[in-house]
Amino acid sequence: MTTTTLAALVPLLPFLGAVAGLALGRTAPGFVRPLAILPTLTAAVVAVIVAVRQGGGRAIDAATQLTPTGSVPIDLALHLDGFAVLVAVLVTVVATCVQLYSTAYLRDDARYPSYAALVSLFTSAMLLVVYSGDLMVLLVGWEIMGICSYFLVGHYWETPEARAASLKAFLVTKLGDVPFLIGLFALAADTGSFRITKILAAVTNGGLDHPTLIALLLLAGVAGKSAQFPLHTWLPDAMAGPTPVSALIHAATMVAAGIYFVARLLPVFAASGAALVVLAVMAAVTMIGSGLAALAQDDIKRVLAYSTIGQLGYMSGALAVGDRGAAVFHLISHGAFKAVLFLAAGVVIHAAGTNSLAAMSRMGGLARRIPDAYWTMTVALLALAAIPPFAGFFSKEAVLVAAEHTAMGDRTVAPAAAGWTILVAGLLAAALTAAYATRFWLLAFKGRGAEVPDHGRQPLAMTSVLWVLAVPTIAFGLTAGVIGDWFDGHALTPSLTTAVLSTGVGLVGGLVTYGAWRHTTALAARTPIGAVAAHPGAEPALVEAEAMTSHTAAYGTIADAADPADPGRLLLGPLHRHAVTGFHLDALYTAVFVRPVQQAARLVRFLDRTVVDTYVDGSGAATRLLGTAVRRAQTGNVQTYLSVLLAGSLVLAIAAVVFANVNAGS
Amino acid sequence: MHLAYPAVLAALLFCTGLYGVLARRNAILVLMSVELMLNAVNLNLVAFDVWLRDTLHSGQALTLFTIAIAAAEIGIGLAIVLAVYRNRGSSDIDRLRDTAETDEADAEIDAADAADAASVSADAQPHRRAEPAGKSTNAGTTTNAEATS
Amino acid sequence: MTHSIASPLAAAVADHPGFLSPTGVEIAFVLVGLATLGAAVITVTTRQLVHAALWLVVALGGLAVEYLLLTAEFIAWVQVLIYVGSIVVLLLFGLMLTRAPIGRSPDADSGNRWVALGVALAAAAALVWIVVDAFRTTWIDLEGPAQGSTAVTGAFLFRNWVLPFEALSVLLLAALVGAIVLSRKHDTDAAVRSAPDTAARRDQGRSKGEGPGKEGQS
Repeated sequence: MTTTTLAALVPLLPFLGAVAGLALGRTAPGFVRPLAILPTLTAAVVAVIVAVRQGGGRAIDAATQLTPTGSVPIDLALHLDGFAVLVAVLVTVVATCVQLYSTAYLRDDARYPSYAALVSLFTSAMLLVVYSGDLMVLLVGWEIMGICSYFLVGHYWETPEARAASLKAFLVTKLGDVPFLIGLFALAADTGSFRITKILAAVTNGGLDHPTLIALLLLAGVAGKSAQFPLHTWLPDAMAGPTPVSALIHAATMVAAGIYFVARLLPVFAASGAALVVLAVMAAVTMIGSGLAALAQDDIKRVLAYSTIGQLGYMSGALAVGDRGAAVFHLISHGAFKAVLFLAAGVVIHAAGTNSLAAMSRMGGLARRIPDAYWTMTVALLALAAIPPFAGFFSKEAVLVAAEHTAMGDRTVAPAAAGWTILVAGLLAAALTAAYATRFWLLAFKGRGAEVPDHGRQPLAMTSVLWVLAVPTIAFGLTAGVIGDWFDGHALTPSLTTAVLSTGVGLVGGLVTYGAWRHTTALAARTPIGAVAAHPGAEPALVEAEAMTSHTAAYGTIADAADPADPGRLLLGPLHRHAVTGFHLDALYTAVFVRPVQQAARLVRFLDRTVVDTYVDGSGAATRLLGTAVRRAQTGNVQTYLSVLLAGSLVLAIAAVVFANVNAGS
Repeated sequence: MHLAYPAVLAALLFCTGLYGVLARRNAILVLMSVELMLNAVNLNLVAFDVWLRDTLHSGQALTLFTIAIAAAEIGIGLAIVLAVYRNRGSSDIDRLRDTAETDEADAEIDAADAADAASVSADAQPHRRAEPAGKSTNAGTTTNAEATS
Repeated sequence: MTHSIASPLAAAVADHPGFLSPTGVEIAFVLVGLATLGAAVITVTTRQLVHAALWLVVALGGLAVEYLLLTAEFIAWVQVLIYVGSIVVLLLFGLMLTRAPIGRSPDADSGNRWVALGVALAAAAALVWIVVDAFRTTWIDLEGPAQGSTAVTGAFLFRNWVLPFEALSVLLLAALVGAIVLSRKHDTDAAVRSAPDTAARRDQGRSKGEGPGKEGQS
């Protein structure tokens, strides 16, 4: 088969798997697991083959037009460059791991068939975004991801948190999607095509009339999808979904789509210096803010969520300095270690029976109970903190190198201001990242207190995928020198200055956190805290759902725990209070958007209930009255009817005669 | 002879019949009034036929036909009245109100009857309600009347 | 309008006598007409049902005389034979069969009578006005050969109107059959009466016997 055919198979297989899963889910439960795993696994193999065949050389383009669509044609187009094939490999591998993991994690779930089908559909949509060479087709995948995330985040819809989170995820990303759609139309209007190749050609020839406007409109959609400030608020709340879904959303799909989209159309953004500066500021605010917020969270999944936002900030930063190689490099390595982190967090929650770091810090021996999760998570946290030689170090270095070159004027793609912003924010965020990674590790695994009850071995399907994903976490960075071919031929190797700097600040952040932990850990013994759910025999997802429901009940808020033993509390000081709530952005949105909308809805309700309904009821009542009046004429008495009939005809006859006489006389 | 005489007489007879049809309660009296109206028409036909000196004598021929049809009509009419009387125990036209528009059909018919009865008794002697259905009829019609009441 | 109809004939009989110099026929016609009208009014107003039928005889007889005065003698005799002879007798039978009360019946008029009176008076006024307006100058020439003698009637009836005449005989036959069907007692009633012991069959028979009543009832 040609590479094009194989590439077309990659999104198609999970899609067919999703359709078959939805169709057979109820009638043939035995087929659900194979139908969930095999298409995705096959797609992963095919994606690897495509990546090898593509070989990082010239992009492969293929297009077919299903039907004429007027002045701006829409093609079913494939655009396979090095980024696309590598991201596709990441997506399919992570999706396969997530599907495998889910078979154990949600093994008794009544809604598993639809869940697995939606995950497959989600994967398929992401692959469509990755491979598509046409922006309209890309948009289709983009929106399918939006609706899939809505369903998957709301998987535990019995809990109010999940319902609210799924709605929030859907609405916030839609808020970004509207300007995104307008931006796409503006782009097509300027360049006359939705084909990425033609658009890029047009941009190279200076064919964009409104580069800043288009770039900013598109950035809104990217911010929504990739959870960048100020549209990032849906991501921490989306933790109300099952852990494998979080892994999928954070590592491979959804949030990666925004970054990937900008990487694809980077020349469009690079055409506007203002847009790049906006992107840089956005990225810097995102990085630092999310780092601070992550340091204050109590729910381990929320810590990881804020860390995702921060790492996405690095990727946007790389894009803001015009280096899409670094961005996609970081995207892939982040995908690997973030998948490990989330999937391991699922194991941790199951074993500990809680999602609260405060409660975990009062348990002993968690690391011994779940050695697989302990070791893989340690590796992944090291990668997250960008400690060499793990993957995160190399990819983050690539970003910082690009920023440094831009700031020093070696690269002229982006303004130097953007470079400085990213460099400074990136170094600060590196310290914060190391700090919250250390806090996470210490609180989760180095707790002291009662032994964690033994729930037996974790299922193999859950632990094995951790090791599978740990391999790229450890080794992917080492390939930085080799895979440059896939990344526009850029060198992704770290430079000495930034490497020393970032590793240095990272170590400082980690050590400071360790010191703080040593200082506060004495307090931990005094205050027993937390609620623990224990269902040794049940599926892990049940524990997670209960832990999430009980968190608000136990601590008063979804994000915080009043734990004096938390090193983050000591480090952040007065900032802690604000960092917990994500710097009150949700409250701001509530005040600015939600309340006015609710007021307007109340007004509309009032108008409808009392004003409009009055007219409706009035017309009904009037008709009734009229009917009652007319009914009275229906006496059933023939003589009455006949009298009225004759009287009427008499009147008509007289009128006819009179008029005839009047006319005859005139 | 002036044509006006028979024409006016016919008009007045017609209106007399009209009054009878609209005002009489007994169905047979209504049939009589219909006969009056038919005769008024016959008078017109004859008078105009004589006046026009029609060679075909359409007027007189139609008068004959009208008389024959009137005979048929009275036969059928009486048969219907008798059938109604057998079933209802009454041949009063204004009591045959099954097509009246009511919520509680029977109750309202009774109320209307009472109102009618009151209006009748207002200008007449203390009146006698129609006998309860079937009281004065034979056994066969009793079953029917009970079934209907 | 009325003038336009009457004008060609009015021109032919322009020199007709006025209403103030009536001929003998006219006087007779008016007198008989008044009697007829009076009898008709009594027919529709009397409270004695049998009297109404008898006054109807007077009215129909008066009309027969009017036909005679209009030289339609055959129709006059037909009127006497059929109306006075058979129809009134039929009506009397009907009154008896429906057990019409003998003597004054207080509820002979329905509650509709005042409305009826109004409609009838208005109709009378309108009709008389129109008729007088149209035909006040029209003159019937009763001289010459009789137009309604039996010979003449027979001639035109069986020369020009024979087909409608035959159709009419079919109509009468149909009416005859219909009257018999309507007034016949149903066989099921007899069946019920002969076997009154089974309640189920009685119910069955009752529901069947109810058949004709249902049409006007449901």
